[in-house]
Amino acid sequence: MTGPVRLKEDLTGFATLISKEYTRIVRIWVQTLVPPAITMTLYFVIFGSLIGRRIGEMDGFGYMQYIAPGLIMMSVITNSYGNVVSSFFGAKFARHIEEMLVSPMPEAFILLGHVAGGVIRGLLVGALVTLIALFFTDLKPVHPFVTLSVVFLTAVVFSLAGMINAIFAKKFDDISIIPTFVLTPLTYLGGVFYSISLLPEFWQKVSLANPILYMVNAFRYGILGVSDIGIGQAYVIILSFIIGLYFFALVLLKRGIGIRE
Amino acid sequence: MRALEIRDLTKTYANGIQALKGIDLDVEEGEFCALLGPNGAGKTTTIGILTSLVTKTSGKVRIFGYDTDTDLALAKSCLGLVPQEINLNLFEKVLNIVVTQAGYYGIPRRVALDRAERYLSQLHLWDRRDSIARSLSGGMKRRLMIARALIHEPRLLILDEPTAGVDIEIRRSMWDFLRQINADGTTIILTTHYLEEAESLCRHVAIIDNGLIIENDRMSNVLRKLSVETFVLNLQEEVSSIPEVPGYDLRLMDPTTIEVDVESRRGINDLFSALTGKGLRVSSMRNKANRLEELFIRLVDRKDAQLEERRR
Repeated sequence: MTGPVRLKEDLTGFATLISKEYTRIVRIWVQTLVPPAITMTLYFVIFGSLIGRRIGEMDGFGYMQYIAPGLIMMSVITNSYGNVVSSFFGAKFARHIEEMLVSPMPEAFILLGHVAGGVIRGLLVGALVTLIALFFTDLKPVHPFVTLSVVFLTAVVFSLAGMINAIFAKKFDDISIIPTFVLTPLTYLGGVFYSISLLPEFWQKVSLANPILYMVNAFRYGILGVSDIGIGQAYVIILSFIIGLYFFALVLLKRGIGIRE
Repeated sequence: MRALEIRDLTKTYANGIQALKGIDLDVEEGEFCALLGPNGAGKTTTIGILTSLVTKTSGKVRIFGYDTDTDLALAKSCLGLVPQEINLNLFEKVLNIVVTQAGYYGIPRRVALDRAERYLSQLHLWDRRDSIARSLSGGMKRRLMIARALIHEPRLLILDEPTAGVDIEIRRSMWDFLRQINADGTTIILTTHYLEEAESLCRHVAIIDNGLIIENDRMSNVLRKLSVETFVLNLQEEVSSIPEVPGYDLRLMDPTTIEVDVESRRGINDLFSALTGKGLRVSSMRNKANRLEELFIRLVDRKDAQLEERRR
């Protein structure tokens, strides 16, 4: 930051960046909002309605009801990550990132502005998927504060992760490697579709190393009141990731990694 | 006050290329300064360092007294950049591009909209304010980058080849515009390969070659250093051989065209007298090259020859 001398100007810059990100999300809604809605509808129809009927109950809930929080969370994770990575890398690739870099806006606000964009898209998609879920099942949050805080904080975590990916990315392949080979497997194995109590003990322990498991379960706890892990532990892990990723991304931006020669 | 102070600035890229080898440069407030040099001389690296797009290896840069090491935000707030490459968000509307840029500098939207109307109108882009940048012509995109660079009303405007690929009519209207904003108090640093442009616009010139400043003076002083100029004379009648004129080296290019090198101390009066004495009448005359261009080539060639000599 540049101290109080320019704080008002810096906040204007920050608000401008958030507004630009929001406008981008809404302008290309066919790319940002529609695909996750269609994908999640298919998940609800195939896994929830068609296959789920044969699976029966999980942790005392119908399968559709059980997977709904996980699917909402999955869409929040992929969209908050995807928004930041595509917006920041796109700006880098087309070089209009320079508009920001030559301006006096501090790196912290450049980072937070992009994170805000990711959070906005994650939450918009999350809300859309929740609406779709309501056509298939009942969802009344048992712990509204936990529900909202976990979804918000998770969107922050993956927006920060998306920013780091975009900072390092040099070509378009680099922005699809992490989502394909890391994010998707971790999400699928993060308790979206099942309770880890169904796994053998060894794999239960392995699953506990997956941070997404804590986020999905904390969110499920907020909505259904059941979880495979402790909620306090989930908050500690989520907040630790936010702090770690924030400072890592900030250092990268300050050092000009991937953005300055 | 000095708009820009550069001291012993060096830049070595990760691949080992030493783009700047310790340059010093001062630009006074209100100046219109040309930064010239052949491709790869270090102009864009210098501009990149001033605008923080390139990290310097060593040296000091002060912009209106603000040290870029300690007061970078304040230094940046004084600067406007028109880069060499088109770096617009091509999917964004013209008006949004300039208003968003203003926002990054902390200018409220209401003020930014007023300024956007003023600058886009002056640069003949107001009618296209709702167009997507991608749909603009090359010249329009360049003018949009100028409007974007001016939206926060910088005290120092840096233009890196702003008229490259722009047709002569638009180029001249851009020159008028730049003269006007300079007259209104904005200090301008211009890099260009059109030396006619630099000679026409700039009062100060710095020439950079191989990462070193090899000339840095008032434009008038620099042009005075041009000891020999080449003129092209068009004759009214055809001649079959080169006329002999003592003290002048004449070359017959075609039966009605003579090229001649004239030393500035000798002047051109004697040549005309001699030609008139031989019954030759000159219908028109022009410089073979722009004066600055000629000087530039000589300076750069001389420097290259010195480097070659040292290598041997």
